[in-house]
Amino acid sequence: MIPLDLIQRTAEVLMEKAAIEIPQDYLDGLKATAAVEDGDLSSFVLQAMLENYEAAKEDRRAMCGDTGCPRWYVKMGNEARLEGGPVGLEAALRRATANATNNIPLRPNRVHPLWRTDHDNNVGINAPEIEYAFEPDSDWIELTTVHKGGLFGTDYRMLFPSDGIEGIKRFYLDSLVAFGKRGLACQPAIIGIGLGGSKDTCMVLGKRAACLRTVGDRNPDPKIAALEEELKELGNSIGMGAMGFVGKSMVVDCHIEVGYCHTGGMQMSVHAFCLSSRRAVARLYANGRVEYRTDPEWFTQYQRRETVEWNAHSHQEESA
Amino acid sequence: MERPQPPRRIRLSTNPAPEALAELKLGDVVYLDGVIYTGREGVYKMALEDGADLPLDLPAESAANFHCSPAAMQREDGTFNLGAVTATASFRFTKWIGKWFAKSGAKLILGKGGMSSADYRAHFVPNGAIYLTTVGYGTGALLGRGVKKVRALHWRKELGLAQAMWVIEVENFGPFIVESDLEGNSLFERENAKTAANIAKAYEGTRPAVLKRFGETDDRSDELI
Ligand code: SF4
Repeated sequence: MIPLDLIQRTAEVLMEKAAIEIPQDYLDGLKATAAVEDGDLSSFVLQAMLENYEAAKEDRRAMCGDTGCPRWYVKMGNEARLEGGPVGLEAALRRATANATNNIPLRPNRVHPLWRTDHDNNVGINAPEIEYAFEPDSDWIELTTVHKGGLFGTDYRMLFPSDGIEGIKRFYLDSLVAFGKRGLACQPAIIGIGLGGSKDTCMVLGKRAACLRTVGDRNPDPKIAALEEELKELGNSIGMGAMGFVGKSMVVDCHIEVGYCHTGGMQMSVHAFCLSSRRAVARLYANGRVEYRTDPEWFTQYQRRETVEWNAHSHQEESA
Repeated sequence: MERPQPPRRIRLSTNPAPEALAELKLGDVVYLDGVIYTGREGVYKMALEDGADLPLDLPAESAANFHCSPAAMQREDGTFNLGAVTATASFRFTKWIGKWFAKSGAKLILGKGGMSSADYRAHFVPNGAIYLTTVGYGTGALLGRGVKKVRALHWRKELGLAQAMWVIEVENFGPFIVESDLEGNSLFERENAKTAANIAKAYEGTRPAVLKRFGETDDRSDELI
């Protein structure tokens, strides 16, 4: 049984880590981008960001004053048992969100869409989002918090099979150029692309591709992996860099996730995870052990399965 | 590859003399000393639409309006815990900015992403004001370091923490980049014109969507296919 107070305490630590410590994979990716940037102003922006991450860690203050909208991804092992069950878990995550907002402090960003009511704690109707997934043969629970910033950089479009790769590239470039001007997307970003599913799953897949995969990670389908590389290069060839200044720093990495869709359609979503690509992960065991990391490892073989039944054994053989 | 050139760095008062502003060139990097206040849609609505009296003496106390909500809390004893500071996108506030200059006497508008040169010429130039943009825009921790003290928090109850008016003492507060000058030129527009020349090349080998959307045509009788 995984105790509730362990869940809440761990969640509060995760909130702080996400807000303050830039994940190493993104930092390495940004440094690689900065090393080849030759635009004067774009280069200055990247250097300032690299100093900013250091300042945040030294002072233990949030890296960006817009601390985004904290949300939770919960992955439960099939054998995991939680004290208080899922309802207890949700209360613990809501408490952790409110406490951490006050203690770090975070900006109380969450308001009612019409009445603009602000509880000053990032908790409200349908906030924070809590999403779930499950994993076979495991008895742990994994908590991932993502503090996604940015009102800009996301779009959805219903494309059709006849739009093809050329249509995908067009919508991708349109999104980057539209939101890259004046740096509204706070690029260079991790770009997540959802393809297929239905409108809602397409948005979810694209967002998770941006927020739950690390820089350098590739889709296991080699042709999709090649498309990820190609789109990354394409984004960096626009001639636009950080803040929309002349340069080539738009995309730190590009991730694509797919879902089976209606035979007549090819839904596409684009998401930008900004210069503050904030995520933090912990795996909790029943004996109280907690392991922290920054890679959500969300897209396992089980999450991407395409068969009716799940046969762990045959999948292990495939990957061996 | 040629090494990129670092920009010029300049210290500037939050109540700057006209000569100091005239010195600044697009793309210069600026660090501020003095007092700034936050003001965005909530403050503009209160002051300009509801006619509320300003809770401080402007521009005597400060001529620097920051489009921002800090990541900050007020403790129970009334003191403040202020962490990081990041701007919010300014283009949404153009409808108030002319009246705000008249009421506040601001000389510096600080924010994210700037406004258009048409707005600068209409509202900034006649008031001898310029726009400084934050950097990144994620440099919240660096800006937080430049905050010496929260002097006051106005309209906390009326507007909530995020929209309230924070009055902040700052030292070596930055970096900012000079986005507009006293003639109303825009750095972003200049850069946009340069990148626009290359964009067509990136689009080679792409194709417009088979089903168009409104906005891609303004003809509402268009069938979009
Ligand atoms: S988009 Fe990201 S880096 Fe930019 S202001 Fe928002 S949270 Fe900060």
